[in-house]
Amino acid sequence: MMVTPVVLSFLFPLMGTLVLAFSSGRLGARGSSVIGVGSVGLAALATLWAVLSHTGDREIITLWTWISVGDFQPTIGLGVDGLALVMMAVITGVGFLIHLFAAWYMTGEAGITRFYAWMNLFVFSMMLLVLGDNLLLLFLGWEGVGLCSYGLIGYYYQGLDNARAAFKAFVVTRIGDVFLALGLFLVFMELGTLDIATVLTRAPEFWAEGSATANLAALLVLGGALGKSAQVPLHTWLPDAMAGPTPVSALIHAATMVTAGIYLIARLNGLFLLAPDVMLLVGVIGAISLLLAAFAALAQTDIKRVLAYSTMSQIGYMFLALGVGAFDAAIFHLVTHAFFKALLFLSAGAVIISCHHEQDMRKLGGLWRKLPVAYGGFIVGGAALVALPLVSAGFFSKDEILWQAMAADRNGLLIAGLLGAVLTGIYTVRLVLGTFHGEPGSDHARHPEPGTNLITHHLPLVVLAVLSTFIGAWLYPGLGGLFPDAPGEAVEGGHTLLQVLAIGAVVAGLALAGWLFLMRRPWLDDVASKGAGASLWKLWHHAWGFDALFDRVLVRPWQWSVRMLRFDFINLIMNLPALIARGFNAGLVRSQNGRTRSYAVVMVFGATVILLALALVPGGVA
Amino acid sequence: MEIAFYLSGLVAVLATVGVITGTSPVHAVVYLIVSLIAVAMVFFALGAPFAGALEIIVYAGAIMVLFVFVVMMLNLRPDAERELTWTHPRHWLGPSLLALVLLGALLALLRQGGVSEVIDGELLTARAVGLTLFGPWLMVVELAAILLLAALVTASHVGRRSNPLNRKMTGNRKRGGTP
Amino acid sequence: MNGIPMEHGLILASILFSLGLAGLMLRRSMLFVLMSLEVMLNSAALAFVVGATAWSQPDGQAMFLLVITLAAAEASVGLALMIQLYQRYRSLDLDAASRMRG
Repeated sequence: MMVTPVVLSFLFPLMGTLVLAFSSGRLGARGSSVIGVGSVGLAALATLWAVLSHTGDREIITLWTWISVGDFQPTIGLGVDGLALVMMAVITGVGFLIHLFAAWYMTGEAGITRFYAWMNLFVFSMMLLVLGDNLLLLFLGWEGVGLCSYGLIGYYYQGLDNARAAFKAFVVTRIGDVFLALGLFLVFMELGTLDIATVLTRAPEFWAEGSATANLAALLVLGGALGKSAQVPLHTWLPDAMAGPTPVSALIHAATMVTAGIYLIARLNGLFLLAPDVMLLVGVIGAISLLLAAFAALAQTDIKRVLAYSTMSQIGYMFLALGVGAFDAAIFHLVTHAFFKALLFLSAGAVIISCHHEQDMRKLGGLWRKLPVAYGGFIVGGAALVALPLVSAGFFSKDEILWQAMAADRNGLLIAGLLGAVLTGIYTVRLVLGTFHGEPGSDHARHPEPGTNLITHHLPLVVLAVLSTFIGAWLYPGLGGLFPDAPGEAVEGGHTLLQVLAIGAVVAGLALAGWLFLMRRPWLDDVASKGAGASLWKLWHHAWGFDALFDRVLVRPWQWSVRMLRFDFINLIMNLPALIARGFNAGLVRSQNGRTRSYAVVMVFGATVILLALALVPGGVA
Repeated sequence: MEIAFYLSGLVAVLATVGVITGTSPVHAVVYLIVSLIAVAMVFFALGAPFAGALEIIVYAGAIMVLFVFVVMMLNLRPDAERELTWTHPRHWLGPSLLALVLLGALLALLRQGGVSEVIDGELLTARAVGLTLFGPWLMVVELAAILLLAALVTASHVGRRSNPLNRKMTGNRKRGGTP
Repeated sequence: MNGIPMEHGLILASILFSLGLAGLMLRRSMLFVLMSLEVMLNSAALAFVVGATAWSQPDGQAMFLLVITLAAAEASVGLALMIQLYQRYRSLDLDAASRMRG
């Protein structure tokens, strides 16, 4: 196995996990933090080295060969190309900043070692996911991040709600995983390989465009992506996942893991291009998710839930881009989103810790003077979220997505995207105003304790804030060469019109929000508290009632059928072998009386029977 | 020759009966030594003086000394008294019959086997045995060495006095280190 | 002097073996059980020596050496176990150590 920077970049987190997991708490909080943060920091350096030494071609690093039987030589290999490197840079770079911030955030919490062990394992699994040159290895990483997500959502395991949230995330994403696994089976059955490069070359040879098999395979893979990326209808777990510590929300449920679905579809772009109907479905699901989540974000009171719905909404944009064939734009938005959403979550974390774990916006407010760093983070991150023209990273990526949608002549998706931009402006302004302006809603908010640590508190926020501006957008190298041509390449002109529209949407959103929240606040509260307004508020607050719907349609009938099946007569027949076995067991337990002598007697009896049989058999033994 | 064989064979059987029926541990050990020496005599009579000498040195000498030491070390008088109540004739019957049946089966098999060789007392010298041992049987010698080493380690581990497992039960006794 | 029939040697070995086996099954005291085991091993060794001399082959005696080694190992481990048993139960009663019953 060659030791290359790429290998190092995922070995460091693995070693961190192992050291932490086997230290059995002997390292102490400080030692655990140093190892947990340091391993990801080293991984980030190794990734930087890998990026600098990248030649531009896709290279395969074969770690080892599973078995070697004739022509069948499955290997564990890493595929390194621009896409993988961009993902690695996001995972380790943003991941390192979040780990660093976590050292501040988690001070004084119990189980720091467990926290960092899970976090490092998560980074390792995510690296495996993006580096695997084989869909099976990718699936391993895919399941690994799901497991780490489960472990970290349920980090405060003493609260039953947290455990439920972790359970929900695990089960809902598992539904998606089953689809993905079925998709992999189908691909393997039809194409005879799971190697990504081979799959992409063979798929067009084996399947006609729009054929049923291609559609089915793309649909199944999409199912997996929907679960992991929290898109309708498998999105219900994401808001509940905010039960975990805020750095976890930042790393897993905003910056990296939830974008795994985007990565998967971008990686398997050839497969999806063979299924135009599924591509359209991807775009439509993205549009629905982005609108639905944006409306839901309007009616949340918990800071983290607002951010969770906005994450879902932004991922909806990425799906929209994927749906129109603009893979590069989706990855671009993925990268900028990772920067500004991590910034927003970490700033929210700073507010939450400063205000003694108060995260209800109604009880916050008036903090902008007292928590200047967090406020700055929110302003810059919020600007990027609403895609403030020219100065923010989000503008460039979102503009690209909307332009591709327009160029692809999908006007429905374009309008959804523009409407989403308006809504994004409204809920972001509401979030910032509710948290930092107005009157403090509680004592915690009146007397916050601002974070003062330069390295673990200020540094991550400042670096992420810089990356959330246009500088972050410049850093993105552009992966156009890796993907099939986006629709925008072929269309001349019209980009200016789109930019005017996009800027108009942003300005409209901000203006509307300003008008609503600053000038017409009493009227707004009035509308939201009675009649149709109150029902709408409630509907949005519960994110259109998907949880209740699933409960009625899926969970309760299932429970009912389980109750019915409990009194099944077939069950009795099934139990019969068990009963017989238990009868035998009771008899044998009695013979097991613990006395060596009786064992000896039984043994001798058996030997005697055999010898007698030999002696009495006519003809003798010899 | 024959007389020596049959006589010492008889002594061996009688002494062994003494071993398994006795109540006093010391008497039983002495009976066993007698039995082993009698078997050694059988070896001499059969013409295997090397085996006979080894039997006396290793078995009757070394192994039985170990037994005697342990018997001396432990206070077995209460056990010896209880042994009388443990060995009720009722309990003797089944196992004895079983052993008898097994003996019958063995004898029947011997008869069927039809071994007709006669041992005429020709000597098998230590030289022949040694040549075999360190020739074709070298591997067995190595295995025996490893077996002894394993037994040494096991015995010194299991025989420790201050076994952490039984500290609770022997808590009131003086805790010595490994002897 | 017409020699000893091999069969007689083997019969002697069988009798000793059966006696040892009977002792093994009858006695509750671990000391007696161990001694019965020694008797059984010894009878097996006797059978080997009988075979060796009857066929004038030294292999049987080499095997006898192995058996004697085995007996030594068995005795040392067995006696160590016996000391443990005694330390725990103040007795050599094997039936007392029946915690592993089902």
